[in-house]
Amino acid sequence: MSAPAPSMYSPKAKQTAENLGLSMGKANLEIFAATLQDLATQDRHILAVTSDSRGSGKLAPYGQALPEQIVEVGIAEQNLVGVSAGLASVGKNVFAVSPACFLTARSFEQVKNDIAYSDNPVTLVGISAGVSYGALGSTHHSLHDIAALRAVNNITIMSPADNYEMQEAVKAAAQLASPVYIRAGKAPLFNLPGNDPFVPGRCRVVKDGQDAAFIATGETVIHALLAAEHLQQTAGISCRVISVPTIKPLDSAAILRCAQECGAILTVEEHMVNGGLGEACAAIIAQSSYKPRFKIMGIPDEYTVTGSQADIFRHYGMSMEGLAESMLRLVNN
Amino acid sequence: MYTNEQLTLKSLQYRHNILRWIKSAGAGHTGGSLSCIDILNVLYNRILNVSPDTFTSPDRDRFVQSKGHSVEALFVVLADQGFYDEKELESLCAYQSHFVGHPTRKVPGVEQNTGALGHGLPIATGMAIGARKDNRNFRVFTLLGDGEMAEGSNWEAAMAASHYQLDNLTAIIDCNSLQISGRTSEVMNNEPLAEKFAAFGWAVSTVDGHNLTQLSAALAAPLQAGKPSMIIAKTIKGKGVSFMEDIPKWHHGVPSDEEQIMALKEIETAIAKLTEGSL
Ligand SMILES: [Mg+2]
Repeated sequence: MSAPAPSMYSPKAKQTAENLGLSMGKANLEIFAATLQDLATQDRHILAVTSDSRGSGKLAPYGQALPEQIVEVGIAEQNLVGVSAGLASVGKNVFAVSPACFLTARSFEQVKNDIAYSDNPVTLVGISAGVSYGALGSTHHSLHDIAALRAVNNITIMSPADNYEMQEAVKAAAQLASPVYIRAGKAPLFNLPGNDPFVPGRCRVVKDGQDAAFIATGETVIHALLAAEHLQQTAGISCRVISVPTIKPLDSAAILRCAQECGAILTVEEHMVNGGLGEACAAIIAQSSYKPRFKIMGIPDEYTVTGSQADIFRHYGMSMEGLAESMLRLVNN
Repeated sequence: MYTNEQLTLKSLQYRHNILRWIKSAGAGHTGGSLSCIDILNVLYNRILNVSPDTFTSPDRDRFVQSKGHSVEALFVVLADQGFYDEKELESLCAYQSHFVGHPTRKVPGVEQNTGALGHGLPIATGMAIGARKDNRNFRVFTLLGDGEMAEGSNWEAAMAASHYQLDNLTAIIDCNSLQISGRTSEVMNNEPLAEKFAAFGWAVSTVDGHNLTQLSAALAAPLQAGKPSMIIAKTIKGKGVSFMEDIPKWHHGVPSDEEQIMALKEIETAIAKLTEGSL
């Protein structure tokens, strides 16, 4: 047996979180399942569709409570998305739930044609997204999903960073009459500070600051926040931290405010650096008159290192320490 | 209700229209449109409770044309059903037209956007499950090509439709034995289709896909309670234009001016013969 996975947070990072008064929440997958069950209890048109993924989607309690509102298609992701499109077209409010790696690759053509192009308002829930599956390896990683879906017309991409954002994303998706993709990880997450409400298509300011800005999404936002706090305390650098719960459509006004007001921008994502949040921000800024120093942090275009999610984050400089160091270099460059 | 003779006349007129609009657009899937037109004729004129007035009703029957490339057949029939004026097909495949070369919901009467193969059966399966969830009695139909049966997603859906005992679902294979690069049996043999679907738990009926009486009988009601229905319609690609029949190049061939005159004349002769006989 291998050693237990190292904690996502170093002792110093844990201390920083404590200094910030952050409380530990649940895994976003659990919040997704609980929120969906609440909504489905009130609306019989809500259906969860699974591809032998009820357990990994934390939907076992949902399935027990609402057996008529869950449809199993077996290990058949193309059919999962096609069936979901058909259900949506006859008026059901469908959440298609499957590991992000399969949902956005195996059934990509069904997502593009049957959901997005046909405007069937399905919510696709990519479970255990990014490198959540850790050492299970690249077959189970989804480091392509944001890039792939950014290139598809008529789908909103949501990537919640904590339990609040996930709960609101699920509620918003249930209301939206258009296709949505939600990325859900399975690691317990700190509850983030900040007073900005979750609004689809808007960024949220998690921490204010003027010298530099972290623009991050999903499970990396907490590490950006800890790095910002660490830089404040150790180097006197004031960093803004922006959470991007909606990657498409991207809140270009918030991105441009960072470019205008902060001299350096570092983007962070649990995704390959090709075609993700960082490149989306770069495109917005390059087409403006602002010229901040700019760096994209993510998984590089290489054979991904083996390890837990925490190992992989640390290896590619996406822990508190790694991000603080990269930002310091960017600011002093 | 139309008589068999009236429907036979419609099939000839549809074939004439298909050829005219393909010629006018300079593009189209001639062979497959001619092979499936009798199936669409029976569906829209005898089976489906679909019309421009009922198209937004949640209780309407659903038709998903999975073999989306035979869109000219669908567009001609929808025009005849009154969803739009047939003259609008002048813009088929033209700049800024909503009459794309595959079905889209921008065209009135089209239920789903299709064109990539292997998508219709999963979508139709979802619709049929949805009908069950809401206790609605509508039926769901989908038209597949025989070459299309090589797509694995069809078999995923075939399994699910049988698992859920969807007798409100009927699939029809336009079994014209050809696909773009040759004979289906040589490109990728998928026979025996009837036995395969029976083994997947479907009720199967094989009919002459140009025989309106056989098609009507097979489509009138689910074949068997508790099982999805599969109608294997044996057809001839290019049917009705003798020089096109069973020739692979007419998959998406557009007739030359001379060929067009010959083709239309053959159909006009058949129409004249039919209408004379009835007078
Ligand atoms: Mg064929």
